[in-house]
Amino acid sequence: MTIQDRFATPRMTLAEKLWHVNWIMVVLIIAVACIGFTMLVSAANGTYEPWASRQIVRFGFGLVVMLTVALIDIRVWLKYAYLIYALTLGLLGAVEVIGTSGMGAQRWIDLGLFQLQPSELVKIALVLALARYFHGITFADIGRPSHLLTPLLLVAAPALLMLRQPDLGTAGMLVLGSGVLFFAAGVRIWKFVLVLVFGLGSIPLSWTLLHGYQKQRILTFFDPERDPLGAGYHILQSKIALGSGHITGKGFLSGTQSHLNFLPEKQTDFIFTMLAEEFGLVGALGLLGLYTLLIVYGMAISWRARSQFARLLGLGVTTTFFLYVFSNIAMVTGLIPVVGVPLPLISYGGTAMLTVLVGFGLLMSVNIHRDVRIGRSGMEPVA
Amino acid sequence: MRSEKSRSKIFNRRMALIAGGKAAFLSALAGRLYYLQVVESDRYRMLADENRINLLLLPPPRGFIVDRHGTPLAVNTQNYRVVVVPEQTSDISATLSALGRLIDLSAHDIRRVERGVRRRRAFVPITVRDNLSWEEVSRVEVNAPNLPGISIDVGQSRHYPHGPALAHVLGYVAAVSEDELTGDPLLELPEFRVGKNGIEKRYDSVLRGTAGNSQVEVNALGRVIRELRRNEGQAGQKVSLTLDLGLQQFVTRQIENERSASIVVLDVDSGDILAMVSTPSFDPNAFNEGLSTAAWDALTSNTDAPLINKAIAGQYAPGSTFKPIVAMAALEAGISSDTRVFCEGYVDLGNQRFHCWKEHGHGALAMHGAIRESCDVWFYEMARRLGVDRIAVMAKRFGLGARMGIDLAGEQPGLIPTRSWKRTVLNAAWQGGETLVTGIGQGYVLTTPLQLATMTAQIVNGGRRVTPNLLGASELGSSPPPDDRPPSLGFSPASLKFMVGALSDVVNAPTGTAHASRIRRAKWAMGGKTGTSQVRRITLLEREQGVKKNADRPWKDRDHALFIGFAPVDRPRYAISVVVEHGGAGARKAAPMARDILTEVQRLGLDGPERLVRASAT
Repeated sequence: MTIQDRFATPRMTLAEKLWHVNWIMVVLIIAVACIGFTMLVSAANGTYEPWASRQIVRFGFGLVVMLTVALIDIRVWLKYAYLIYALTLGLLGAVEVIGTSGMGAQRWIDLGLFQLQPSELVKIALVLALARYFHGITFADIGRPSHLLTPLLLVAAPALLMLRQPDLGTAGMLVLGSGVLFFAAGVRIWKFVLVLVFGLGSIPLSWTLLHGYQKQRILTFFDPERDPLGAGYHILQSKIALGSGHITGKGFLSGTQSHLNFLPEKQTDFIFTMLAEEFGLVGALGLLGLYTLLIVYGMAISWRARSQFARLLGLGVTTTFFLYVFSNIAMVTGLIPVVGVPLPLISYGGTAMLTVLVGFGLLMSVNIHRDVRIGRSGMEPVA
Repeated sequence: MRSEKSRSKIFNRRMALIAGGKAAFLSALAGRLYYLQVVESDRYRMLADENRINLLLLPPPRGFIVDRHGTPLAVNTQNYRVVVVPEQTSDISATLSALGRLIDLSAHDIRRVERGVRRRRAFVPITVRDNLSWEEVSRVEVNAPNLPGISIDVGQSRHYPHGPALAHVLGYVAAVSEDELTGDPLLELPEFRVGKNGIEKRYDSVLRGTAGNSQVEVNALGRVIRELRRNEGQAGQKVSLTLDLGLQQFVTRQIENERSASIVVLDVDSGDILAMVSTPSFDPNAFNEGLSTAAWDALTSNTDAPLINKAIAGQYAPGSTFKPIVAMAALEAGISSDTRVFCEGYVDLGNQRFHCWKEHGHGALAMHGAIRESCDVWFYEMARRLGVDRIAVMAKRFGLGARMGIDLAGEQPGLIPTRSWKRTVLNAAWQGGETLVTGIGQGYVLTTPLQLATMTAQIVNGGRRVTPNLLGASELGSSPPPDDRPPSLGFSPASLKFMVGALSDVVNAPTGTAHASRIRRAKWAMGGKTGTSQVRRITLLEREQGVKKNADRPWKDRDHALFIGFAPVDRPRYAISVVVEHGGAGARKAAPMARDILTEVQRLGLDGPERLVRASAT
């Protein structure tokens, strides 16, 4: 039995699996997380309390979860993909009923230990469900519009719930991420063009359905200086902090914008700004480089995988991660409206951290089980 | 299987497109960061500094005002305030009640502080009480450990140690009013005070100095984190006045019991004003803290006008103190001083009768006697011969009828009537009788006490121009060099010598009207001229029934008492004018005051201008 054959079967020992965990990626993740801890220490003016210490504990927990997810057979994930999706969607529906209110939007379920944001978990669950669906249909089926109905419903259900909450940013990320999966699965390009044209045509209608603060955010995005003390304040102060950081930054704990509280939400959504202010362009590009490496690894892993499920799962997770990184940095640099997306592995917050680490766990599972052949319907390999 | 292969192929192809797309977006982020952090960095660094750096103004200490000897007349005192910083105390009401056991706190103070605590940020100090005494300050300081959040803050307040005695000259300071705002941020500080009257107003820009500033780093809430740079301003300059504090206080005591009066004492050579008092006065310190409406109304509605400096703004008919002008006009017109006029107690002009103050007449008098005994009939005759316009020319040569240009606001010009004046202003022809009453300083003639003192100085100093001034040889450098003698007014020395002799005899000759008020010490002897100016015309009916004694009339109808004087007679150095409104006869009311003041100024032996320069240089 060659090693290749052994990989093609579900029978791998734990030691073999551990050997094939992508440890370089684990090191990259820890490195990014450590940058995050440093910034949380800075946000608390040089102390571990109240943010860094709790974030370290959460990261430790998340790391264990990630490795556990990585070691579970990929066919198990395929088998339970719809169930996980259904459970997560149920949680998302639950926030409508029992969710506690914060910042004018209902996004959390208070579990006592930490506040669960189903909208974060649903990103991964949707990737699982879509990967399973596209794995299960033939190439010919993809060309048939009737077979696109199910995956569209899979996307629409959580997206509509998020719009009701309302969480425009996450809904947008969900739709974009799914779009990439549809594209990779082979959906015809003219269909994307059709959706795009239809989408642009419906902008006037959507505008009337938006909440006042959402309209404000979008208007403010196009002209931040129109209300420098109100809605535009965050963007303007963030740009001032970034720009004044210059090339090498003002130094650890020396960011005037951050430490004199001109910068809002510096431990969560605007943490990248603080990093760029204190460590300058060098620090900002350094972190962006680490993120890029992680994304490249993720793309390579999904490209290398043999089964359609594994490929789509890897691509979906990587794309979700990419969208986190891009949305957050584009937001704080004023490229897109303020959408409230955290910076993955760095922003203070439990659910986003867990979601990202579960995602990387699945990506590693894809890597470990890259040569496992999976039948169209599930466990049986195709002959 | 073919389907699986094509699925894989299309996945790989599209994967490449997705990778390219992601690379493009990530590059866009990198480009954006480069744009913000390198290309636009200068602008944002400036904005960041604007965010964090606040400029605090440091108000300059106001310059002192001192008298000719350097004695302070207006100073700054430390104003000790108790302030509380709410965030430094856990229980503000407990702290306030602890403080209330040490110093007096009204319920009003406590309510105001509690309102401030609710409304302002917790790190902003709130004034609990100001103007603390030393005892109160030390009581608070000693108990500081038991008073969390309480501290003592020092501000500066303007203080006038001599109060009402100098109120009209110095003026006062008060909070800046809307129309005084010039955009200078200093004026917008709540504790800042500007000069509102007198020297404080006239030399406000000199006294004020320039503000310093302090650059501080603040956070987004405005809390000061630390001081970055400090630029001390320029303190206000000292202003030295020509006044003599001792003399000013002496003069004040002379008239402070009069209902309404004013006195000016001048140096006849330099024009230095040695004392200038107007009564009633007010307390200039009251304006500093802001006057209550009731107190302000009381000041403004008082018919004796305490806010008005009557020495420069009171316009009075000069009465007989105007006679030296008529005499000078006669002499300069070539009328001999030996010209005799017979006084039988009155003179008729047309169907009008003009009375002398001496009911049965003086008999025949020449000029010297007419001045000495203040014979009205003699001056009626001189006025008739000269005509009003020639009298007016002489009056104007002495500076009457025009502002003297003193360094104080509110000076009035007085009035010297002429034929053309009456035609243009009153649109009526001049009457002969009006010339006669002008000859005794009645009718339309109006003068200020300052003008009368200046006129006197110019008669006795050898006929040289006197510009009355309040500003001594100070840092301002506006006073002329002491050896630069003022120009002559062009009178003949003989006329002037005659006038000094006649005015001396008014006091020193037994028949002089002010003989009772002579200074007995020969080297200090004074000369002068009494004046009693009618406030209302005495009707024929009243005259027939016998003129009522002044004291029997209502105060408002009584005559003004005036006196102009100088001393010593052999080499005059000081001139004085006294006006006591409704004070009765000048000889009885005003002359004794002048005697006491001229005695005092000579006793003090005030320095001439030469010595003054040296005194201020040390």
